[in-house]
Amino acid sequence: MIAALAGIFLCQLLGESLCRFFALPLPGPVVGMGLLFFFLLIRGGQGEKAVPKPLAAVSDQLLGHLSLLFVPAAVGVMRYFDVLSQYALLLTVTLVVSTTLTLAATALTFQLLTKKS
Amino acid sequence: MIDNLLAHEADLWVYLASSPLLWLTLTLIAYVLADRISIAANRHPAVNLVAIAAALIIVALKLTGASYETYFAGAQFIHFLLGPATVALAIPLYRHWAQVRACALPILASLAVGALVAIFSAALLARLMGGDNLLIASLAPKSVTSPIAMSLSEHMGGAPFLTTCLVIITGVLGALILTPLMRLLRIRDSAAIGMAAGVASHGIGTARAFHVDSVAGAFGGIGMGLNGAFTSVILPLLRPLLGL
Repeated sequence: MIAALAGIFLCQLLGESLCRFFALPLPGPVVGMGLLFFFLLIRGGQGEKAVPKPLAAVSDQLLGHLSLLFVPAAVGVMRYFDVLSQYALLLTVTLVVSTTLTLAATALTFQLLTKKS
Repeated sequence: MIDNLLAHEADLWVYLASSPLLWLTLTLIAYVLADRISIAANRHPAVNLVAIAAALIIVALKLTGASYETYFAGAQFIHFLLGPATVALAIPLYRHWAQVRACALPILASLAVGALVAIFSAALLARLMGGDNLLIASLAPKSVTSPIAMSLSEHMGGAPFLTTCLVIITGVLGALILTPLMRLLRIRDSAAIGMAAGVASHGIGTARAFHVDSVAGAFGGIGMGLNGAFTSVILPLLRPLLGL
């Protein structure tokens, strides 16, 4: 389990380093995800053996409570209550409508093209 | 005697407030409570884990008069795990790789449509409602993961920290709206639902997509990662069109 965690950290570390070194406009962890994915792809393996068990366990633990990890950042909204309430109407309408349209447009486009192919 | 006791109490508070333990414990308890409420509500989409846990913590901070900086100094250890969790998204992606590869066209097309709708709808609505350039630049990258959104906001003349808030609110809204909207549109394909969640509302939407099923979670990770890359390339190019 510790080896799996070390592997994940290493991917993130490499990702952060690559981003900084090549000035990529991406967060390090996203590049780290790509690296880990690439590693799994090269390693190969099908079905149950596809992902090493400890790695699967660590990943399921982390992703099973992904919401928890956003909580500290979400509490940060408290610092901007005054700005947010000053523009409350504008922000509420914009964010609700824009998020709804984005969800619908993405899912409908996806569905339209899977049905055709 | 009482003075002595009060002094002790003050000492204890100073110690607790400065150690990460109190804030980590508070975060975990708030999350467990929110999770219980969510389970009791049968994982109803209106009962959002992030929003409830954060609200409970904000109330606790207001009651004790502790600042966000004090809180975050402790809670940063949980925040830190966001990086490794993002890396771990490679595992569901790999597990569902065959399905992902077969959907290359729908993935890329829905990414482009979704990312453009996210940017233009936010900028246009804010403009129509009388928002200034600072507000519009802060809103435009709201659908992408916060490190990317912050640097884009800064580049476009927005306020990066306001953008972080807007990104989080967008994430929570996406998680709230996701399943009812998909039911309304009669979309049952987990891949389409996950992709929408990731493109429109980054990691918080993806967390919600994992509650739908693991396919939706995998596509949420793809949508989030690709939209981060796509928006960071096109948003600066769209700047003149947005009037910024």
